[in-house]
Amino acid sequence: MEHTPSSHRQFVEHLFRHQAGKMIAVLSRIFGIHNLEMVEDVVQEAFLKAMQVWPLNQLPDNPSAWLMQTAKNRAIDIIRRQQNFQQYSIEIARQLQQETETTIGQFFLDNEIADSQLQMIFACCHPSLKPGDQVALTLKTVSGFGTSEIARALFTNEATIQKRLFRAKQFIKENNVQLEIPSGIELAKRLDTVYTVLYLLFNEGYNSQKTDELIREDVCAEAMRLCLLLLDHAAGNQPATYALLSLMCFQASRFESRVDDNNSIILLENQDRTKWNRELIERGYYYLSLSSDGEQVSVYHIESAIAAEHCLSKDFASTNWSRMLDLYDLLLCQKRTPVVMLNRAIVLSRLNRTAEAIGEILAMEEIDDLLENHYIYNAVLGDLYIKNGDMVIARTCLRRAHTLTQSAAEKKLIDSKLLSIDLVSKN
Amino acid sequence: MKDFMFIFKNNPNAPSATPEQMQANMQLWFGWIDKLKAKNVYVAGEALTPTAKKVKGPKAIVTDGPFAESKEVVGGFFIVKANSIEEATEMAKDCPDLPLNGEVEVREVMKF
Repeated sequence: MEHTPSSHRQFVEHLFRHQAGKMIAVLSRIFGIHNLEMVEDVVQEAFLKAMQVWPLNQLPDNPSAWLMQTAKNRAIDIIRRQQNFQQYSIEIARQLQQETETTIGQFFLDNEIADSQLQMIFACCHPSLKPGDQVALTLKTVSGFGTSEIARALFTNEATIQKRLFRAKQFIKENNVQLEIPSGIELAKRLDTVYTVLYLLFNEGYNSQKTDELIREDVCAEAMRLCLLLLDHAAGNQPATYALLSLMCFQASRFESRVDDNNSIILLENQDRTKWNRELIERGYYYLSLSSDGEQVSVYHIESAIAAEHCLSKDFASTNWSRMLDLYDLLLCQKRTPVVMLNRAIVLSRLNRTAEAIGEILAMEEIDDLLENHYIYNAVLGDLYIKNGDMVIARTCLRRAHTLTQSAAEKKLIDSKLLSIDLVSKN
Repeated sequence: MKDFMFIFKNNPNAPSATPEQMQANMQLWFGWIDKLKAKNVYVAGEALTPTAKKVKGPKAIVTDGPFAESKEVVGGFFIVKANSIEEATEMAKDCPDLPLNGEVEVREVMKF
């Protein structure tokens, strides 16, 4: 048996995973997305075949093409079986078989594969699906993650993920969701949902602790890859897509420096900026510059500009806070959410307008509810009260934040702040 | 040196691996085979398709596979060289499918 030296038998990272997404998209286009389970079986079969054949033989010159070809043959095979050609004359049967092959073959052309993948993203990010279900389904079908990996990435258990996937697939079947690329105003609306899902996906990977860091980085990288996939296609190549990707690049550049070896959160002001990934920052600027085409300024444009501002300052002290405030004012016009208001308040405080910042937070309509249920509002308020010298009320806020968070890293951070209050009070 | 056969058996009812896991597993297979070849003990190996037929008894009764009821399915085999069955068994412990609940049967090839 001919043998390839080991150095040649090395796969590109995540080759199978990415290939799985491609094959699922193409096959779903052929068999209809309501047959997603059958499609997943066909893809699994192709991988199993590769697993048996490749180790003992020479690796195919193009493993991706081999897998795709295997899936294609299987698709033709399934359709032939269902067509029952025996009931026709041999002449017609032959012609019909030929036509089936040609028709199926067309779905495997490169530009059609790209179309199918985009359609699949649109279907997984269907606006009527719940956000958690959208994320799980996207990871499973577009990104080729397994349920065990999704569970680890989203910090939950496999049963929950299975439930979400089941619910999402059920919805697709019952509501006859079609694979399509909408056009006009409908496209813009659907892209908005896709952006939301991709950003949520990115944040799932980004906003967590160091446990299982590998899979979290994978999820962030995957969200970025899906942005690139959108950009590859005329329908998805929009200024807002570039803006979202640039935002992800800026955030990802701080991936390594946001948590220390003991799994404690390092605040932006204390991060070692030399550890920020310069290459990602450069890419962020590059995509941000490409995003300035067109007249629409999306929330991602503004959020990316905010992230860029941080990357631009050589240290925390030299951050241009008045420019930050302008950007947050802009963002507030488009996205009047408590989180944006909270962040704007932090900027106000940096401009030595702490009392005003506290006032703005307390003036939020839903503030009572937020303080009762969410760690972050209490933590930020606690900080601001410390800065304002109101130690007693600061302590109350921080203690409430402590009980509200499940994260050990966040609890640690609050503990250190409470300790600093005690030290100040003693002196 | 004697010839030994490694018969690889998989559990068809095991939970299916994810694409990422399969890629990692295949990389391990490449490495294992390369290692055996580097030691000059690898003689041959083939993979078997799951399609199977069984011919049984004096009446040569034919049953169609794959045999879903069976607890294990033979996925392929190796012929390797080793000094003893103990040594061959040690080699089989490197099989990348063991963590996935796979099984290797080690048999000495009978020589006359």
